[in-house]
Formats: sequence, C-alpha cells, structure tokens
Amino acid sequence: MAINWFKYSAPTTFYGLAGKLIPWFAVSAALLLAVGLYIGFVVAPADYQQGEFYRIIFIHVPASILSMFLYLILAGYAALGLIFNTRLSAMMASAIAPTGALFAFISLWTGALWGKPMWGAWWVWDARLTSELILLFLYLGFIALHASIDDPRRADRASALLAIVGSVNVPIIYFSVQWWNTLHQGSTIKFSGTSMHVAMQQAMFTVLAACWLYAIAIVLTRVRSIILERERHTQWISELPEVKG
Amino acid sequence: MKKSSLPALVMLVIRRDLLLAMRRRADVLTTLIFFVMVVSLFPLGVGPEMNMLRKMSAGVLWVAALLSSMLSLGRLFSADYLDGTLEQMMLAPQSLSMLVLGKIIAHWMVSGLPLVLMAPVLGVQFDMSAQALGVLIIGLLLGTPILSMVGAIGAALTLGLRGGGVLLSLLVLPLCIPVLIFGTGAVEAVSTGLSAASHLSLLGALLMLALVSTPWVTAQALRISME
Amino acid sequence: MVGAHSACAIVYNPPLFILDVPFMLEVSNLACSRGDHRLFSGLSFTLHPGQIMQVQGANGSGKTSLLRTLCGFLMPDEGVIAWRGENIRDLDEDFHAEMLYLGHLNAIKDELSALENLRISAGLSGIELDEKEAITALRRMGLRGRERLPTKVLSQGQRRRVALARLLVSDARLWILDEPLTALDVGAVAQIQELIAEHLAQQGMVIFTTHQPLQVAGMEMRSLCLS
Repeated sequence: MAINWFKYSAPTTFYGLAGKLIPWFAVSAALLLAVGLYIGFVVAPADYQQGEFYRIIFIHVPASILSMFLYLILAGYAALGLIFNTRLSAMMASAIAPTGALFAFISLWTGALWGKPMWGAWWVWDARLTSELILLFLYLGFIALHASIDDPRRADRASALLAIVGSVNVPIIYFSVQWWNTLHQGSTIKFSGTSMHVAMQQAMFTVLAACWLYAIAIVLTRVRSIILERERHTQWISELPEVKG
Repeated sequence: MKKSSLPALVMLVIRRDLLLAMRRRADVLTTLIFFVMVVSLFPLGVGPEMNMLRKMSAGVLWVAALLSSMLSLGRLFSADYLDGTLEQMMLAPQSLSMLVLGKIIAHWMVSGLPLVLMAPVLGVQFDMSAQALGVLIIGLLLGTPILSMVGAIGAALTLGLRGGGVLLSLLVLPLCIPVLIFGTGAVEAVSTGLSAASHLSLLGALLMLALVSTPWVTAQALRISME
Repeated sequence: MVGAHSACAIVYNPPLFILDVPFMLEVSNLACSRGDHRLFSGLSFTLHPGQIMQVQGANGSGKTSLLRTLCGFLMPDEGVIAWRGENIRDLDEDFHAEMLYLGHLNAIKDELSALENLRISAGLSGIELDEKEAITALRRMGLRGRERLPTKVLSQGQRRRVALARLLVSDARLWILDEPLTALDVGAVAQIQELIAEHLAQQGMVIFTTHQPLQVAGMEMRSLCLS
C-alpha cells in the first residue's frame, strides 16, 4: 500500500495524523530520556581527568546536535514553503523555531555549567559555544521577525527567506569563528581520551534519541495549535470535536 | 524621448539617491557623528591606558562601524516605501535586482565611505601604527560594502515594521560577524608582524559572494514585503 | 468576456472597432484574499485596446487589491493574468515596460522639484526626458511657474498633478489608475478626462477606480463590480 504523502501536506489531514502520532513520540521520548540519564549519571564510570562533572555532556552534546540540525530542517521547510507555496511547510518552520532555540539555550547553559568546574569561569569563548550563541541569535531573529509582521502570509515568507539566508551563512559564520578562536589561542572544551567507554556511548546515543523524539512530539503539538489558530475561520476546524466543545 | 538601458537606469537610481542624500544632509552626518561618538565612548569606559587601547583599537573601530551601518540601513528603503517610489521602482522595465544594487551602492557611498575615511583619524587616537591603519582602511573598504549589502536584505524584510532599527540589527548582526572577525583579524595579524593577506582575501571573497547574491535576495525580500 | 461573481449589473458596450493588435489584458478565474478573508473569486474579463473599465465596489471590497494584483504586487490565490497572451509572472519586466500604475501614493520625492521628479519617474519607466519636454508636460498640467520648486511646498492637488504628469509622457499601453482624481479641482479633472480620452483614441487601455465621477467623452465605459 503506497502512502499518499501529498495527502498529508494539507493542514486538514496533517492535523489528524499529528494528533495520533504525538503520544507515541512523547512516551518513547520520556522512556528513553529516563534510561539514557540513568546510564549516563549512574552506570557510566567517572572520567579519570574530569571526575563527575563531565556527565553534563550527556545533555550538552545532544542539545547542541539538535539545535544545529533543527535549524537546517527549519530552513528546509522554509525553502519548501517559499518554492511550493504550501501553508503547512511555513507552519512547520514556525513550530520548529522555539524548540530549536530552546536546545541552543540548553546547550549554552550546560556548556557554561561544564566550563565552571573545568576552567573556573562561567563562560568561555570556545569556538563551538560562540557559534552556538550566534545560532541562538539566528533562531531569535527568525522568531522576532515572524512575530513583528501582522499579515500571516508576509510573516511566513519573510521569516522563511531569513531562515534560508541564515542557513547559507551558518558555515561561513562557523568557519570564521573557528578561525577567530585559533587565532587568539582560545580555550577549547574537549573531552579527554580518544575512545569513550561503551556505557558513555550508550548514554549519549540514548539521550540523543530521546531528544529527537521529544523534539518531534513538541513540534507536532505546536504545529497543531498553529493550524488551529490559522485555520480558525474554516469549516473543518469548527467541526472538530475539541472545538465544538 | 528615448528609451533607457539597464546601466542607464542603474546610474539614474544612484544619481537620484545621491541627490536626495545631498538634500538631506543631516541624515548622513548623524551616522558619522554616531560613529565618532561610539568610538570615543570606549576610552571613557575602559580608561586611557594606551597599551590596552591600542590592542582594542581594531575591534572598537570595527564594532562601531558595524553599529553605524545598522543605524543607517533603516533609511535605505523606508522613505521610498512611504511615498510610493519604491513600488514604482518595482514596476521599472529593468531587473529589480540591479536597481536595488544601485540603491545599495549609493547608500554605501553616503553612509559607508565616510566611515572608511573617518576611521584613520580615530585610529590615530588609539595610537595605531601606520601599517595597522592601512590594513584597517583596506579592511573597511572591503567590509563596509558587505555590511550594506547584507543589511539591505534585513532592511527589505523589515520594511514598514514597528520594530524598526532594532529588529533590523537583531536580524543582520549575526550575519555580519564573519566580516568583523576577518577585518579585525587582519589588523591583529599586521600588528604582530604577520601578513594580513589571508584575512583580506577572505574579506574580498565575501565581498564577491555578497555582490552576486544579495541584490537578488534583497529584490525577493522587497517583493515579499510589498505584498 | 466580462463577468464578476457579484450581482451588480455589468454594462458592456463594444468599442467602435477592434484593430488587429495583439495587445490585450486577459484575466481568468481570479481569486484574491487579504489576510484571512476572501475578497473576490471567479473573476474573469478581457480588456482590448481602446477600452476603459471602471472597477466599482464598496470600501474594502478589494478594488485596490485587484488593481495591485493586476500590477503584479499581490499574488492571487487562483487564476491567471495574461498580457498579450503570456502570464504576467513570466513576462515580468516586459509587462512593466508596457504598463503604468498610479496608486494612492503620488510616488514623488518631497525634496526634489516637480521637474526633477518627473524626469526621474519617466526615467524609471525607461523614458529619457530632456528638460524642455518635462517642462512642457508640467505646464500642460497647470504647474507653470512651479516646475522648479521642491514639491513639499506644493499643495495636495498640485502634487497629484505632478504625479499625473507621467501620463503625458508615458508610452505605456495599459494604464492602471487607483483614484486618479483625488485632490484635483474641476479644471484638472476635466484635463485628466481629456488625457484618458486621447490615450484610448491611440489604442491605449485604462482600468481605474474612482470616488468621483469620471466621464470620457464619446466612450462607453465598462464596469466591473466587486461586492
């Protein structure tokens, strides 16, 4: 049975599909997070150099990875929305932005928490942390632009263009920050040892998977409420059980 | 009556904008004064110790140039948008991207070039060496057009919005960071006896990249904003 | 050929003759929305050389939006607008070269004189006017003695006349005019009506909206009603 993907590109059908999928993602995210954190904080051994503090990377690294990938996915949806003029793509981009920003923020905080015991300072101008900060600004810029425009169509298209311009710039920004950091012999936060203990790897991947599932669940939830808001004048919305009341 | 070609139209746009800038000289001067003021604030804030100031000089001048550019970019399209001339420009029989490039060029001549010319004067206040000053000027000469071009995208996206200049800065500043890094990096390199060639050529590459991409992107942003 | 979704009566009178010219504006099945609500749908008509059409409707019914959609500023939800058989989206600058749009805004710069404004407006639509031609046009619009004053000292009506002077020097076939008679006195209104009649006689086309009565001598006017 071939799945007709285009059927789900309309907000009407996507709303229903998303609603059914969310509980699965949410529950599995919670389970995997519990497992991953358990492995990371309890099972995995202490690092011989960094002691117990290193465990924060089990949150920091997945958060960083997710913040970067979510931005690319956001830009992808933005491009789809601009090229094919599909409403749902633009809604997805708007739904992803706050979650991406959250992960960037978490990454920065956990990076700082890691830095304090290691370097004695709450903030370190590490190339990756600095790039993460700039990424957070890109997210916030997207959200701010969308929020500043009243006309929903113009808001979608303008922020989509911004996201695409931003994503093209991300490699340039990252490269220049790397350059800047090495130039100034800045500090780099590195994880010691060439190979990670297997439990650490397990913890990392489990938490990473949990974060992905959480992100999917949250984005789907958010896009559903965006759909409700945008399509509130249409027939099919007023016939939904949750709206009829 | 004769028909105009594309270069003639672009020149018309540049001449028009320059003429308008001359009739509104205050706008131009305020940007320059802002630049000077911001640069002068730093010694007041961090103390007059010359060694420290010399080390900070490139960074301070570049950041101030960045901020001044952001401030002036609000003016790029807003006046034309408000009196209807922008929509007429969008109905011109030639490529909008080229006309936009004309506007950006005129804008840079009026807002960016004065900064480049003012910078060495301020650099002397920070006890920069002649070499450093030279590299600073070349860097600004390459970098300020990039700031104008990338900023034009932001100006086009935020046309007529309440957030105004602050929103524009929020959107554009992250994108300008590479220019800042390479511009200041060039001066630092020269101050420590190394060559600034790689930094400046990277700036040049960014300038080329901006030249071929930003006018078109800005034109698209204008179309989106005018809907 | 003529249709609208509303219940207003449509008056169609064929022009005296149709020349075998490919110039023609064809609108098929046009639908437009503004924000959440739909302004009109299923709109279709064809405009031939020598024809003039008035778009009527209550405030907010989408008259300006229709005109702006015809210019290409707004994208319709559905439908196609074709000029000389090709979609205006594909024609882009080629369409712009053959049309003229006058909106609510005058599209003149306050700091420039009427003369400078006219020469620049004409220039942006691809026509190079020398000073003599521009002054003749401005004088014909009743601005004798005021050609070299900055337009900010002119009255509303005079500024509108500077904007309308473009009609005198344009060679565009299609005129899209959004309330052209605003702020004009009786004499100026008569003059514009004359201008439009001349344009139609030369196989031009006009689509317009107006709150004041506009009559063109010897021409039957088509009417499009949006409700």
